[in-house]
Amino acid sequence: MSKVLVVTSGKGGVGKTTTSASIATGLAQRGFKVAVIDFDVGLRNLDLIMGVERRVVYDLVNVVQGEANLSQALIKDKRIENLYVLAASQTKDKDALTEEGVKKVLDSLKDDNFDYVVCDSPAGIEKGAQLAMYFADEAVVVSNPEVSSVRDADRMLGLLASKSYRAVNNQTPIKQHLLVTRYSPQRAEHGEMMSIEDMLEILAVPLVGVIPESSAVLNASNAGQPVILDKESDAGQAYSDTVDRLLGQDKPLRFLTVEKKGFFSRLFGG
Amino acid sequence: MNATQNNEDMDAPASKSSFQLKRRAHNLMVFELHNPNIVQLALRLKDHMAQAPALFKNTPAVLDLGPLEDGFKVVDFPALSSLLDNHGLTIVGICGGSEAQRIAATRARLALFPSTPAPAQAPLPPAEEAPTTQSAPPAETTGDTLGNLLLRQPVRAGQQVYARGVSLVIEASVNEGAEVIADGDIHIYGALRGRALAGARGRQDARIWCQHLDAELVSINGIYRTRDSIDTHLIGKPAVIEIQQDKLVIRSFG
Repeated sequence: MSKVLVVTSGKGGVGKTTTSASIATGLAQRGFKVAVIDFDVGLRNLDLIMGVERRVVYDLVNVVQGEANLSQALIKDKRIENLYVLAASQTKDKDALTEEGVKKVLDSLKDDNFDYVVCDSPAGIEKGAQLAMYFADEAVVVSNPEVSSVRDADRMLGLLASKSYRAVNNQTPIKQHLLVTRYSPQRAEHGEMMSIEDMLEILAVPLVGVIPESSAVLNASNAGQPVILDKESDAGQAYSDTVDRLLGQDKPLRFLTVEKKGFFSRLFGG
Repeated sequence: MNATQNNEDMDAPASKSSFQLKRRAHNLMVFELHNPNIVQLALRLKDHMAQAPALFKNTPAVLDLGPLEDGFKVVDFPALSSLLDNHGLTIVGICGGSEAQRIAATRARLALFPSTPAPAQAPLPPAEEAPTTQSAPPAETTGDTLGNLLLRQPVRAGQQVYARGVSLVIEASVNEGAEVIADGDIHIYGALRGRALAGARGRQDARIWCQHLDAELVSINGIYRTRDSIDTHLIGKPAVIEIQQDKLVIRSFG
């Protein structure tokens, strides 16, 4: 039984693609067969974050328009078994995506026994974002601890509850999760940032994880490595916990408070 | 005998399908015209509708010329009808007015209703149709037995909910960027961070209650206040918003 999971936010630059790459990789590491699809037609990014940009031949639009079949377009990850990337088209216009076309792609992935299909949504609430979430079973709504990002996440949660296939056909609603990214314990401690409690009160959906602001994320993007593979980093560990929680495990939240520097690190400026 | 019966049987469906006249009472909205100046009216309507764009949708209404009090004023009925039509109000006829105005209305193919001696504040009709909700998922809304519109989920940014002809009860919060409108009262058992407009079709006695006042805008029967003009000491408190002597009054309770 394959599950479609959308990573969305409304607002741009909050970490959707980073999250999609890490969640897809994390699920594949745990033995599931996973495809991650870039829905950002015209502004593709996921291929870079996944480090497959030099192997893109066919993309999502080619498959939707019947110019290539799915197996030609799926790029197999070289690090993790069972992980595949479907890139977005850089040249096509976003109107190239249609509801029927997306459904056809998702159905073929189900037929190919994929356990999870992770849809990386573009920013905004336009057609691309709506198609990315339309067939979702679960949604990870990404938000930074900041008012405009929270408002956009709220808007997106409203759309998930009213404009998805499940909503339109009166099925069980999409299971919604909140993922807070770029959380800085230092700034939260000084009251310079929205608290997790405030965000949860406004958005009223269960929290699936908090990813701390971390230089590891940028380094990972530059290296074309999903940050979850950086097991030493706080962000990598936080994503790993997030994947476990998505799979139903109960894991305490980490990296929410400022780490007090130990005696030696203070002494040696570490 | 048999032949006649057969004939009747054959005739029956034919006469049935044509038409049937029935008398039925409908609750109609009354649009009181205070000034026939189309330009001024257009501006006022634009302001009014900006607050609640989805207030009217194919809503039939009777134009009441009574408040004009000047039978010599010329009313441009076709222009008026098309202006109101653009805002979702379909004028089906008029009441009141002078003989000359009534003749002009008939020429514009409007029906003539008798001037109503009824009190100005007629009680609102019970919900006779499904309340309109825009972008709010139908799964969230349940009509309770008294005809109130009940929402159990938060009303989120960009969503608009209109409880047509009834009161609105929300068990969750109304978030920033969301708008809730009711012809009756509005009860919010969470925080009000967006806009709430009660008594939308003309009820001075409508009220808004909320557990945590943090609203962008509150309005009752068109009298409104934005966040800037709400006393800061009321923010974050449970509050009731009502009209007292034509003024919008906000007080905390509990």
